[in-house]
Amino acid sequence: MSILVDEHTRVICQGFTGRQGTFHSEQAIAYGTNLVGGVTPGRGGAEHLGRPVFDTVHDAARETGANASMIYVPAAFAADAILEAAAAGVRVIACITEGIPVLDMLKVRAALTRYPDTRLIGPNCPGIITPGACKMGIMPGHIHAKGCIGIVSRSGTLTYEAVHQTTGCGLGQSTCIGIGGDPIHGMSFIDCLSLFESDPDTRGIVMVGEIGGNAEEDAARFITTEVSKPVVAYIAGVTAPPGRRMGHAGAIISGGKGTAEAKYEALDAAGVRTVRSAAGIGAAIRALVDA
Amino acid sequence: MNLHEFQSKDLLSSYGIPVPPGRSATSATEARAAAAALGGDAWMVKAQVHAGGRGKAGGVKRADSLDEVSALAGQMLGTRLVTRQTTAEGQPVSTILVESTSDIEREFYLGLLVDRSQRRIAIMASAAGGMEIEEVAATDPGKIITEFLDPAAGLQPFQMRRIGFALGLNSEGRKQLAGILAGLVRLFVEKDLGMLELNPLVITTSSELLALDAKINIDDNALFRHPDLREFDDPSQQDEKEVRAKRFDLNYITLDGNIACMVNGAGLAMGTMDIIKLHGGEPANFLDVGGGTDAEKVSEAFKLITSDPNVKAILVNIFGGIVRCDLIAEGIIKAVRETGVEIPVVVRLEGTNVERGRELLAKSGLAVIPAESLADAAEKAVAAAR
Repeated sequence: MSILVDEHTRVICQGFTGRQGTFHSEQAIAYGTNLVGGVTPGRGGAEHLGRPVFDTVHDAARETGANASMIYVPAAFAADAILEAAAAGVRVIACITEGIPVLDMLKVRAALTRYPDTRLIGPNCPGIITPGACKMGIMPGHIHAKGCIGIVSRSGTLTYEAVHQTTGCGLGQSTCIGIGGDPIHGMSFIDCLSLFESDPDTRGIVMVGEIGGNAEEDAARFITTEVSKPVVAYIAGVTAPPGRRMGHAGAIISGGKGTAEAKYEALDAAGVRTVRSAAGIGAAIRALVDA
Repeated sequence: MNLHEFQSKDLLSSYGIPVPPGRSATSATEARAAAAALGGDAWMVKAQVHAGGRGKAGGVKRADSLDEVSALAGQMLGTRLVTRQTTAEGQPVSTILVESTSDIEREFYLGLLVDRSQRRIAIMASAAGGMEIEEVAATDPGKIITEFLDPAAGLQPFQMRRIGFALGLNSEGRKQLAGILAGLVRLFVEKDLGMLELNPLVITTSSELLALDAKINIDDNALFRHPDLREFDDPSQQDEKEVRAKRFDLNYITLDGNIACMVNGAGLAMGTMDIIKLHGGEPANFLDVGGGTDAEKVSEAFKLITSDPNVKAILVNIFGGIVRCDLIAEGIIKAVRETGVEIPVVVRLEGTNVERGRELLAKSGLAVIPAESLADAAEKAVAAAR
């Protein structure tokens, strides 16, 4: 079992014939993802990677029954791509694109309230993967293993680190979601925690946060009352200087808010098993899930 | 991207927000001419740097004669201004702003930003002008009024009234404020601002609202649609190494420690800094070489981090996902040879083709210290830096 995506998910790729879209669609197909086609405006009717190309997401959804989309279009067109997918009835949208203007994402979030059944993952994220079933994103498929740990993270390579460690200790993953490094994004920690909590095959949850904002503090409060499964949390950026953007648009301590210490404190208070070393994630969740 | 005060005020002015009459200058002669053109018998001479706290640091001074204007400008230009917001080296002053003086009755704070948890543009105002808003928020949060913009309806008159009443403005003042707020919102949205601060916004003795100081930050991600604003970029106000890094599409931030790191991915780069600290070391930098890294980028990254004389050891931590570890290893070998690095280099590779990558490093004949895991890498780097 898993959350959001599985072997039955019918995936399309927006920006299908571009360099990124092509490469990662090939990888997704090789991983066994049910990629049913793609969209590149003006290229409709063509075939790419043995799959049909459509002009619009509406066409693709109608012809293929697609219910999920991964987006690899350039930042200037990404907000439009997200809203096109939502308007076409796509339920799970993973937007990998990095560098979308903040005000574009404000508009996207406001417009998405009209599509309560649509889940947006990202942007500026590695995407979502259910090991052995469906890979929608840029993560290396081979480090994953089908298993029982749900992973949710704001960072790409730190997600791989958590995946590598949970694979290494024999637990594997139910589903891994990168919610993205932008200040305004789709699914939150809480959204993912709630889905993992009700997924019967997820036995433990790894949460990887970083400096900036207060999503980790919100998650801590949610965990206190709503999450019964063991949670391990790691927060990146204890050594980050205030006022500096640490690579991700959303990773910034501003006005003394959004520090790693404050997040650790909130998570500790919520009974979450926090780890101060990114190398300790696997061992920590192993200890809790074994117990 | 941060703007200078004079650039911010040009933008504000073009949106109808009143600012004091002023002109920028890059020499004492120009400053004197600017003051003469402005007229009057007193002027403010303001050093243009990307940092707050200029007043207390001597970067904002009053001049009561044209001679004094040129003397002050001469003193400021070409120096580095050290304020509580800068490093010990300070920021170079290459431009000054000469402004007419204003008779201030009261000072306010007015700021706009994107509130990430509300996912709306927030307008913050406070009657405690001139103070840093963070300080007011910490000591007297009741003094701050915040209004959020509805994404569909936009700024409403009732919100303008609430802010006006909170600032204690009379009916004439509230009318002026409404015009200012409308202009600020339009500027914020049309120019993709990340942050805008008028601190202080003042009311003069002749009952006019005026933006006495202004700070604007533009969303870097939106610069593609504002080619005109790109010209405001002033690399002299940024760390030289960070500017160099940007040219090679590297994400780099200078820190104080002696262990340089080179990592792929922003989160893992922070995680690597943290684990160095956890093992008793101090990171010298944040460096994310990105996902699509190649040998040339690795080589540039090496040159960058080794140009810091404090660096005693280098930790390379690459989780090769899409990037293959053997390619990274080749890049490291090339970079170490080209740069002639003499300090210890600890390398932790993980991911695709990791065995091949490790083998290449082992066979290279270079004094590269291989690490088995992230924790092992941190331990070895900290030991090597001692």
